[in-house]
Amino acid sequence: MDVLERLLDTNGLIFAFLMVGGILLLAHGVSRYLTKGRIPAAALAILMGLALAFTGGKKGIADHPLFAGLAVLGGSMFRDFAVVATAMGADLETIRRTGKAGLVSLFTGVGISFLVGSLAALAMGYTDAVSITTIGAGACTYIVGPVTGSAIGASSEVIAISVAAGVIKTLVTTIATPWAARRIGLNTPHAAMVFGGLIGTTSGVVAGLAASDEKLVPYGAMTATFYTGLGCLLCPSVFYILLRTLFPL
Amino acid sequence: MKIYGVALLCACFLVGKYLGQQLGNLLGIPGDIGGVGFAMLLLMLGAAYLGRRGRLGPETASGIGFWSAMYIPIIVAMAATLNVKAAFGGGWVALLAGAGATLAGFMLVPILARIGRKDTEKRGN
Repeated sequence: MDVLERLLDTNGLIFAFLMVGGILLLAHGVSRYLTKGRIPAAALAILMGLALAFTGGKKGIADHPLFAGLAVLGGSMFRDFAVVATAMGADLETIRRTGKAGLVSLFTGVGISFLVGSLAALAMGYTDAVSITTIGAGACTYIVGPVTGSAIGASSEVIAISVAAGVIKTLVTTIATPWAARRIGLNTPHAAMVFGGLIGTTSGVVAGLAASDEKLVPYGAMTATFYTGLGCLLCPSVFYILLRTLFPL
Repeated sequence: MKIYGVALLCACFLVGKYLGQQLGNLLGIPGDIGGVGFAMLLLMLGAAYLGRRGRLGPETASGIGFWSAMYIPIIVAMAATLNVKAAFGGGWVALLAGAGATLAGFMLVPILARIGRKDTEKRGN
């Protein structure tokens, strides 16, 4: 037992990769067999991660020395690095093809999500610009929240709230899209592009559109791909500066 | 070679973060102001530039593709290491922010879908 403990301790990061692989395998299984593929595995896996964090304290499950490697893998360096890498799939030529509607819906989508998210934070008693910005960014996607939060120095607790807000957005989008599609005129490729730009959570948009009309998926994904990038650009800069002037320390 | 792609990604990442930090300094705000966003923009521009000149082979791109595919696993690791216990009381904020933002987005679809509808349909999308 002692040998195993020392092995995992000195190879923490490797063990973390193994653990996360296991969590994703489980999430994919649950997604496919228990929800018939309706709920995206990514959202389930993040929920499982949050649940695991509950077993620890300040640093979540990484408070247990055995799982310290997870804090390295999930630290801001690797996270920001991987998020930047996702820009590779986004081609600027694509956004030009979506035209004016694509661009307008992206900016409106990031703006309105941030606005609603920060109003929610305000209504629940947050008064400092850093926390309000981070929660507002979390209402964009579960990536924009933590990227923004650690860039401007939010607490781990507020970052956790922002991740949860983003995950809820993904889940609500996944479940509500098939139900709302006809009501909001979501039945043309054009409307799907606007939808992707407005909602932005790629996993939610893809899952929601797949359940409504398979043919619309690529159009929604086309604009949604840019959403997180735009959010990471705007939230910690323009929006944060704006909130700082509204809520000085 | 894959390492060329990874190196390109690293360069964009560091330059973007540097710009973010400098912008923060300039504005007198502690922290990194939009660094990740700048880095993503740089990577898009860099990849497009190299792609046009035929210098971005599939091997190079796969070096970036690996890290791009790792982002959900990394977000899961991050989620597992956050202070969730303290955040639990803030569950309602998360619910309100997440569900509210989604609802607002849904309601705007029919309004914004009017913009340029004719254009895209003409182009046969």
